[in-house]
Amino acid sequence: MSVPFTRSLLGRIRGDDPLVRDLKAVLGRGRVEIGPAALNLYSHDASVTRGGHAGIVCFPENTAEVSACVATTALHGRPFVPRGAGTGLSGGAVPCDEPVMVVTTRMDTIHEVDVERRLAWVGPGVVNLDLSLHLEGTGLHFAPDPSSQQACTIGGNVANNSGGPHCLLYGVTSAHVLAVEVVLPDGEVVVIGAEEGRATGYDLRGAFVGGEGTLGIATKICVRLTEDPPEVATLLLDFERVQGAADTVTAVIADGMVPAALEIMDQRVVEAVEPFAGAGYPTDAAAVLIVELDGMPAGIAAAIARIETIGMAKGARTVRVAATEDERARIWKGRKSAFGAIAVIKPDYYLNDTVIPRTRLAEVLTRVYEVIEERDLIVMNVFHAGDGNLHPLILYDGREPGVMERVLEAGEEIVRISVEAGGVLSGEHGIGLEKKRFMSLQFSPADLEAQERLRRAFDVDGLANPAKVLPGGASCGHVTTLGQAPEGTWV
Amino acid sequence: MIDLTAFRDDIGRSDRVCVRGGGTRWGVGGDDAGVRSVSAPVGVEAFEPAEMTVTVGAGTTLAALSAVLAEHGQEVAIDGPVNSTVGGALMVGRNPLRRGRLGEVADVLLQADCVGADGAVFTAGGPTVKNVTGYDLCRLLVGSLGTLALVGRVILRTRPLPEAFAWMSGAVETRKAVGALYRPATVLWDGIATTVRVEGYGDDVNEEVGRLQTLGMVPTGEPLLPKEWDRWTGVLPVGGILEVGAGVVHRPDAPEAGKVAVGVRALGERMRDSFDPTRRLNPGRDPHRVSA
Repeated sequence: MSVPFTRSLLGRIRGDDPLVRDLKAVLGRGRVEIGPAALNLYSHDASVTRGGHAGIVCFPENTAEVSACVATTALHGRPFVPRGAGTGLSGGAVPCDEPVMVVTTRMDTIHEVDVERRLAWVGPGVVNLDLSLHLEGTGLHFAPDPSSQQACTIGGNVANNSGGPHCLLYGVTSAHVLAVEVVLPDGEVVVIGAEEGRATGYDLRGAFVGGEGTLGIATKICVRLTEDPPEVATLLLDFERVQGAADTVTAVIADGMVPAALEIMDQRVVEAVEPFAGAGYPTDAAAVLIVELDGMPAGIAAAIARIETIGMAKGARTVRVAATEDERARIWKGRKSAFGAIAVIKPDYYLNDTVIPRTRLAEVLTRVYEVIEERDLIVMNVFHAGDGNLHPLILYDGREPGVMERVLEAGEEIVRISVEAGGVLSGEHGIGLEKKRFMSLQFSPADLEAQERLRRAFDVDGLANPAKVLPGGASCGHVTTLGQAPEGTWV
Repeated sequence: MIDLTAFRDDIGRSDRVCVRGGGTRWGVGGDDAGVRSVSAPVGVEAFEPAEMTVTVGAGTTLAALSAVLAEHGQEVAIDGPVNSTVGGALMVGRNPLRRGRLGEVADVLLQADCVGADGAVFTAGGPTVKNVTGYDLCRLLVGSLGTLALVGRVILRTRPLPEAFAWMSGAVETRKAVGALYRPATVLWDGIATTVRVEGYGDDVNEEVGRLQTLGMVPTGEPLLPKEWDRWTGVLPVGGILEVGAGVVHRPDAPEAGKVAVGVRALGERMRDSFDPTRRLNPGRDPHRVSA
């Protein structure tokens, strides 16, 4: 499977590759890398996908350079893959067959913050959390908060239409992207969307967000800034049965409430994170439910009372309202660092991401635990329960013979169960390479054809991140989508 | 279950065809005079209040849908004149007046079952409230004036109706009024007076109304707005009303459509050609001619 790094699959000697020469002419020598360290580093992302091969790694620093880089690559008829911080979990940034990697992490300037109009123009390399830190004191924040927010870039958030706990109330990334400056796959620069109101013409901005790097490269992003709520309350409920937590979530939504966040962690997760977070999670509970409410004080007080009543009726043992900001922060620290803590249980993991109707949470969760038990595996569940977004995390030791097959089988079965329950393949991690083969579970050939039409309008020659998202067409070299787990990923 | 067979057969495979909703904004983006017209299926197929989604024929009027949703204290973030249909309002794609609380129309459409230019039925999106599976065809369809595909049946995100609301108005600087509020649903400015709609939990609404009264604002009814819309350019036209924060101007005279950059327009045209190479769907319409 391994390919000598000095000689590409096409038999070119990299140093003599005319594309390398031309890219160096555009970017300068120091920002075009073909050495083994760079090629190895940029051949994978945070997913379990392995076997990718970067061809050339470029580090443009502005729109003109990205455009020149892409245009040059297109002139040579070669593919390119946009890449941010590489925290993606579906293999979307894993290079197939030695493409040019266009890394946008150096484009990390916050160009403009307009507090009165509540918007900001940022470079794609700006780290998600850095924007909200930059906004401290303005009374505004950037609402999408994926658990990887201390590392992932806003360009990556745009490519993946990222979610996070608080998108239950505030919506996913697409709802917070007003306009995007995009370098199209032929190098042309366009600005799609508008700072205020809908842009005239098609909603190309809406089409572009979530394009997983197959429609072009975002070089500047105009994001909506959200008003900080005057008051926030964080509740922690704990249950003897996971189903009780799931039923509570279903009942809260059915009661007509849309809290800011509704997150469930099962016992294995709680046991793993409590020593680290010190949040006071009850480790003897089968599951805990985190509820966050924000807004005006009277509405919050009324909602707390309703949630307490619902929770107790569904079997909650205790309902705790965080009394201090520190207590609140610890509850969230535990949730957001859940995946850093799992290494104590097994060395490897496979993380899934599906969505199911939120009225069927308890029943589907029960099935997930059965699927895992039948295959003698271990699962941890920590997920965005409010919008039915499951994140079963299967733990295993890759050295154990035959375990990989069982993990793969369980993963497929969970996807199938989710789709059969009326759900979808992915809620926030995207399709990338990992879920391509499942697309036909959810979509008919005509559905996929319509998606292909959207893609072709942006990428006429098929050079932008090929072999991703849609099944059929190009395959991705020798890539495997299940292997050794990476360290330090998030959901 | 709404059957799309008849809709699909009506649309056919080759000749020019347009879809007619309530006809309330028939002139938006051009005219399809003389082109054969079809209508989308009518009826609420499934409303799941506990899921906060509703499945509905695109030909259903917004009024009929709203009545069904209101029985369970819910609504959708779509506005339109009396007799507007769900499909028509989605294809025109204008944001609701209460955008500050309801969000944007682009975020309402979860799934659309469509008939393409080739006469085949396809599904865009999925039934769940969160979904990044494949390309976001739903957001592309909203505001497309039926030029990419004809939408027959949709699944929409619903929201709880606010417990209480109030319209308040007064000759107060907009910034001052907004500064006293948390996420007002609507903020309007006519050059002299600021008019806001606050909504939410009863006691909170009362609290905010009190703050506005302190500023000198008084209760008012829902304002009647001029019909046409325009993009805010920093100058309020005569008789115009600005939706503050939404970039939308209501004005009595029909404005010119905004200028579209050459490259963006070319991308839009490629999109249309990709979905409808012979331009048989709503051939007289062009989203690039629509003013904001």
